[in-house]
Amino acid sequence: MSNWSLIIYCGIITYLTRFSMIALIKKEMFNDRIREILSYVPSAIFPAIIFPAIFINDSGLFQIEDNPKIIAALIAMIIGIFSRSILATIFSGLASYWFLIFVV
Amino acid sequence: MKSNLNVFLKGIMDVSPLMIPVVPFGLIFGVLAIDIGFSPLETMGMSLIIFGGASQIVLLQLFSGGASSLVIISSVGAVNSRHLLYGAVVSEHLSDLKLIWKIIISYFLIDQAFAISNEYLKKNKQSNKYFHLVGAGATCWVIWQSTTLLGIVLGEAIPDKLGLSFAVPLTFLALLVNDFRKLINVVVIIISGLVATIGFNYIPFKAYVIVSALIGLFTAMILTKVIKK
Repeated sequence: MSNWSLIIYCGIITYLTRFSMIALIKKEMFNDRIREILSYVPSAIFPAIIFPAIFINDSGLFQIEDNPKIIAALIAMIIGIFSRSILATIFSGLASYWFLIFVV
Repeated sequence: MKSNLNVFLKGIMDVSPLMIPVVPFGLIFGVLAIDIGFSPLETMGMSLIIFGGASQIVLLQLFSGGASSLVIISSVGAVNSRHLLYGAVVSEHLSDLKLIWKIIISYFLIDQAFAISNEYLKKNKQSNKYFHLVGAGATCWVIWQSTTLLGIVLGEAIPDKLGLSFAVPLTFLALLVNDFRKLINVVVIIISGLVATIGFNYIPFKAYVIVSALIGLFTAMILTKVIKK
């Protein structure tokens, strides 16, 4: 398969995952119970991206020692809980990560 | 009622903080794609046609590892299956729109825009509230395309230690700031995160994202029922 066909197929499948539910689901299908469960979608998906990116290193191994990402993520999380600010969370996380890898 | 432009601008404003980590992500995507052997045009094509950071990185990783096209396409599909849930969540607010708007908005339904606009869509009732999602999505689009291009042009001049590997989880962490205070959310977060970490090496085709998400949702379903009683 050429690179271009590969890119186009990946594009089509990506687009379809975004479009299908918006196209298929009607407003009448919602009730309070479904809304309640769907409100947990961010809490259910984002950790699946966060955890492996922090705990699993480039070689695909679980790494808990000598891992600045864990400390930086904890600092960002604490700042996030108290500030409730997305901006403060990102800045504190990046700043502490850079501090840990470049200074310490 | 607020004008369409006002709502659109609000979307841009709300999503902007989330664009900070996207900058290094886009830059390094551009550098990496060229490094792996894609032409500048193909690299730009990926960002324009696929328009999804996670999918594009998965594509690069598997491509450079010599995976077959079928494996690459199904992995991209598995990583993207989370959008099915995003679509399900926002569809309630979009169901009265014309098909053409659904087609346009779907292209912009990316993680950051979903997370920010979902809050807005839930809190607001006016019929033009979907412009918030368009504003947030268009902002991500501009940042993603321009940083990809910059990555292609600057190439090796960009140090790869800048922290791409941390920028991505950090974005998603920031999106959960309001959920860390709620007990059920915290339990769902921990369970989903643990399943993903353990499943990372064992669940094929990068499907650990959707598997963890569904287990997390199932947990939420049980907990919300038990705690109410």
